[in-house]
Amino acid sequence: MSVMKRVSMIFKAKANKALDKMEDPRETLDYSYSRQIELLTKVRRGVADVATSRKRVELQMNQLQKQQSKLDNQARQALGGGREDLAREALSRKAAVQTQLNDLQGQYASLQAEEEKLTRASQGLQAKVEAFRTQKETIKATYTAAEAQTRIGEAFSGISEEMGDVGMAVQRAQDKTAQMQARAGAIDELLASGALDDVTGPPRDDIQAELDQMSSGDVDLELEKLKGEIAGGEAPRQIEGAPGQAGQAGQAAATVQQAPSAQPPEQPSAPTPARPADQPAAGEDS
Amino acid sequence: MIIRIMSEGQLAVDDSMTRELNVLDGELDAALKEGDEAAFRSALGALLAKVRAVGAPLPADTLHSSDLILPPADATMREVRDLMNEDGLIPG
Repeated sequence: MSVMKRVSMIFKAKANKALDKMEDPRETLDYSYSRQIELLTKVRRGVADVATSRKRVELQMNQLQKQQSKLDNQARQALGGGREDLAREALSRKAAVQTQLNDLQGQYASLQAEEEKLTRASQGLQAKVEAFRTQKETIKATYTAAEAQTRIGEAFSGISEEMGDVGMAVQRAQDKTAQMQARAGAIDELLASGALDDVTGPPRDDIQAELDQMSSGDVDLELEKLKGEIAGGEAPRQIEGAPGQAGQAGQAAATVQQAPSAQPPEQPSAPTPARPADQPAAGEDS
Repeated sequence: MIIRIMSEGQLAVDDSMTRELNVLDGELDAALKEGDEAAFRSALGALLAKVRAVGAPLPADTLHSSDLILPPADATMREVRDLMNEDGLIPG
């Protein structure tokens, strides 16, 4: 039994080494017991640490899900306004957020499994430590040092095997959690520093900015049209076929003439009305 | 005999299973020696599944040491190799 046997031999060798060091095994029962209690505390702390990491990942997943639905809304809004380019951008960012979400979902499942494993380990160790404590008291009360030696042997190697197992489980859980915390930390930093806000967050939300501009863009467009009409040119009418807005145009024209500095200088003299929002987009598509 | 699956617990397994388990253990050992990750995963999985299937879990407050000890299901090849060395993974 190569692998199975060799692993158990290592465990036994460690237990025997510890046992051989004792002059009076009864004294070391107490020492071993205190180490068991320490390990128990460590496992419980391990469970709490993993749970904390899991909750952190959960929180991040919620944030990313919010961003996703926001991007989805933005895509709809953009498409509704005829900005397919903007909708495409929002959707591609949504896909990037999804990639991150998938990664977090994997981490979440892994942390959940680790938490369950450690909880089981903690309960198992607790039961064995209790059994050990009972035996320890019996052995100390009943037997001489020489007799105790043989009595203790089995209980001791049984508990030290459990401790080795649980100790390794805690170590592995800590390593895994540390790795994931580093990644979670990176995402937290992204969320906080605005790199992800660049995509969706309120302060530097360029998609939202363009969407907002789409409504103000209508005003600019109308102003352009009016300016064209007042200048008496016929070209604007050929380009902007919006006859229903003629009445409004007359009223707005006065405003434009009173505040000419509000407009970029080249726009009034342009032969056709500029559509600043559309032109760069057309360039991107080609 | 008592077999421990690390991070799962101890199981009582009838001695008559020894030969069958030995075959699976041999496959695991071969995969480890060749460093074949896929073979290692499937051999470890098969061995653990067999032990779980034929073993009866011991009560949690049992203080017996195990006759055989198996690595946890998600152990890497490196971790298993370390488990077989005296200065390996086992704390203490």
